[in-house]
Amino acid sequence: MSDTVLSTPAFMGAPPRIALVGNPNCGKTALFNALTGARQKVANYPGVTVERKIGEFLSPAGTRVQLVDLPGTYSLRARSPDEEVTRDVVLGRFQHEAPPDVMVCVADATNLRLHLRLVLELKKLGRPIILALNMMDVAEARGCRVDAAALSAALGVPVVPTVAIKRTGVVGLLDQIDRSMIAMTAALPPSPGNAPDITPGTSSCGWSEPSALDLRAYHQEVEAILAAALRDAGRPSLATRRIDAALLHPAIGLPFLFLVLFLMFQAVFAWAAVPMDMIDKGLGWVQAGAGAALPDGLLKSLLTDGIIAGVGSVVIFLPQILVLFFFILMLESTGYMARAAFLLDRLMGGVGLHGRAFIPLLSSFACAVPGIMAARTIENRADRLATIMIAPLMTCSARLPVYTLIIAAFVPDRTVAGGMIGLQGLVMFTLYAAGILSALAAAFVLKRTIFKGAREPLLMELPSYRLPSPRDILLGLLERARIFLARAGTVIFAIMILLWFLGSFPAAPDGATGPAIDHSFAGMLGHALAPLLAPIGFTWQIAIALVPGMAAREVAVAALGTVYALSETGDALSGSLAGVLAADWSLPTALSLLAWFVFAPQCVSTLSVVKRETNSWFWMLVMIVYMTALAYGAAFVTFHLSSVLLGG
Amino acid sequence: MIPPLPGPAHAALPSTATRQTPGPAPGTSSDPPAGDDCCRLGALRKGQRAVVAGLDDSAVATPLPPGELERRMIEMGLIEGARVEILHEGFPGADPLAVRINDHTLALRRAEAHAVLVTLG
Ligand SMILES: Nc1nc2c(ncn2[C@@H]2O[C@H](COP(=O)(O)OP(=O)(O)O)[C@@H](O)[C@H]2O)c(=O)[nH]1
Ligand SMILES: [Mg+2]
Repeated sequence: MSDTVLSTPAFMGAPPRIALVGNPNCGKTALFNALTGARQKVANYPGVTVERKIGEFLSPAGTRVQLVDLPGTYSLRARSPDEEVTRDVVLGRFQHEAPPDVMVCVADATNLRLHLRLVLELKKLGRPIILALNMMDVAEARGCRVDAAALSAALGVPVVPTVAIKRTGVVGLLDQIDRSMIAMTAALPPSPGNAPDITPGTSSCGWSEPSALDLRAYHQEVEAILAAALRDAGRPSLATRRIDAALLHPAIGLPFLFLVLFLMFQAVFAWAAVPMDMIDKGLGWVQAGAGAALPDGLLKSLLTDGIIAGVGSVVIFLPQILVLFFFILMLESTGYMARAAFLLDRLMGGVGLHGRAFIPLLSSFACAVPGIMAARTIENRADRLATIMIAPLMTCSARLPVYTLIIAAFVPDRTVAGGMIGLQGLVMFTLYAAGILSALAAAFVLKRTIFKGAREPLLMELPSYRLPSPRDILLGLLERARIFLARAGTVIFAIMILLWFLGSFPAAPDGATGPAIDHSFAGMLGHALAPLLAPIGFTWQIAIALVPGMAAREVAVAALGTVYALSETGDALSGSLAGVLAADWSLPTALSLLAWFVFAPQCVSTLSVVKRETNSWFWMLVMIVYMTALAYGAAFVTFHLSSVLLGG
Repeated sequence: MIPPLPGPAHAALPSTATRQTPGPAPGTSSDPPAGDDCCRLGALRKGQRAVVAGLDDSAVATPLPPGELERRMIEMGLIEGARVEILHEGFPGADPLAVRINDHTLALRRAEAHAVLVTLG
């Protein structure tokens, strides 16, 4: 008993914790944003990589409350890693983390029949619950009338109507939170799962997986409750039905989806160009400033060449990532993302993938890291692994600088097909297509060999279309920016310093000719690798550049520049470097390098996120081996084929 | 427009114990027995309405443990007495299906929809 008292943190200093639980798309994140505003942050649950979204707010009575936004789920019988987190938090199975003091169940008022079953399941845990009847504005518009008092009486829990997207829509919920906390203090409720140091995996909360019979019983209970509380079920959303009649139409649906994706990629490149330019200029300015302020020497080199250049080369992708996530957030909160998965299910099924694999693969065009993280929503482990394994084959934005450099150097700037299509653009498109096609081929092979088995069923709700609220989109973008920058500031920062060290030590001996990097550890590594890479046409300079390219692909450009002992940076470097490369490399070498970059697994952050997400070194090694083999093979074929064709 | 509905007799449900070893893989499976066809959700076409009469996933190949598909379907609202209507069909092969279930819409593949027994109406 004393354990229970101690671990009820509400009144012992630590703020009381409230968790938002509910089906997907019922408005949990919107409620979370309405309650906490910008006072929120994302961390990881220890041991698992599912993101843990926590925020804080002051209740009307002045209590500081901690709020957790849990991944949406239809049941505590978790099917995906995301849903497992929800289950484990709710049941208090996480070590060193007591279960929430109060659970706010969020239910879509227009769809109570489906949502109330989870509420009943949660109620059985015997912990304080508040039911937030969200989307009351939509319910009213559709003539759906719910008697909150009757519902509360039938359920035996407090019920508050909410409108998460209106400023005044959460006032009732805030008051109820205060009342529930007061009731809790008064009663100091028996919380069976509250004991600290609960070992994960035990069902210590009196919860056990419901059988099909239990589930049917829950449904009957829901029907009985609705008979008492639902005054009018209202009309189903006609707008959604009409929009779907067009957007899911066999002839219109896919072309429209591809149009959306096309616009998205245009935007990723067009909208991001100006801010990227500004970041580039700003970095150059900082670099020059630091360079001028510091005396020549190691510190200056570490700061300008190592840290500013290295982290800068990653931060520069922030605008592209934000544009991409803007689209992804819009697609998600309008409800179109589920439609995209619906439309692509058959096509993706052709190579054995789940329709939902579309989202991770799409995100991987910006960067494989968020892409691989997005694979969590795929329930089946084999499907998820297959998706993770092929995600890095999608052409991420970090490959762009490399492609741009080599294309500018070797592909003539002229048009084909009667002036309609630029040749350089065509090559770029070919490289993207090669990535996509090889990813599909890899999925096809993987699903027939390692990840064999029938496909996971689809069973996916198609939510009503909704107008996304600007606040939620903005907060979502802010969250992505924070995560991305934090990564650039930690992992990538450390790797950059390591690579700078490898590239700078030992220093070139006095009177040595050639670039200093040639004498460093990186140079030695490059020279050692050179014989291995000779059969695919790589020069020793390329071999050296590939070493720092491990940190992030785009760094290879800067490294090539260093190796060729050029002094300019950034765009100026690309401009003149292209000329040097055109003179120094044969065309087959250039093509071979392009082929290499389509496949090579050479970004450390991607590999580390694969390790985290699969929770195994094995799959990371599998990825390194299979992608390196693909890269080497593709480069080999490209080099020799083009040598023969070009008579070189 | 939507009356609260007590479902038909719940006693006559196929229990999970009747589930047999998984049938042939979805791609290779011939259609379910002809007499059976009319009363499975997977056989309905766009615009058709029906009421769910029961769940029987014994003939559906899934990687899931026995009984799991049935439970997931119940959790997604496919339960005896639910009124369903095929709203949209995917492409190609009129697969997957977008099915209105009472107040919400569910996407599922025809192969799995064959586990849902329905009476037309
Ligand atoms: N009209 C209306 N829309 C809402 C309400 N709550 C959430 N939404 C919208 O519903 C969509 C899904 O909400 P979200 O918070 O992402 O759901 P989650 O999956 O539960 O986190 C978003 O477009 C929200 O803007 C509400 O009370 N009224
Ligand atoms: Mg959410």
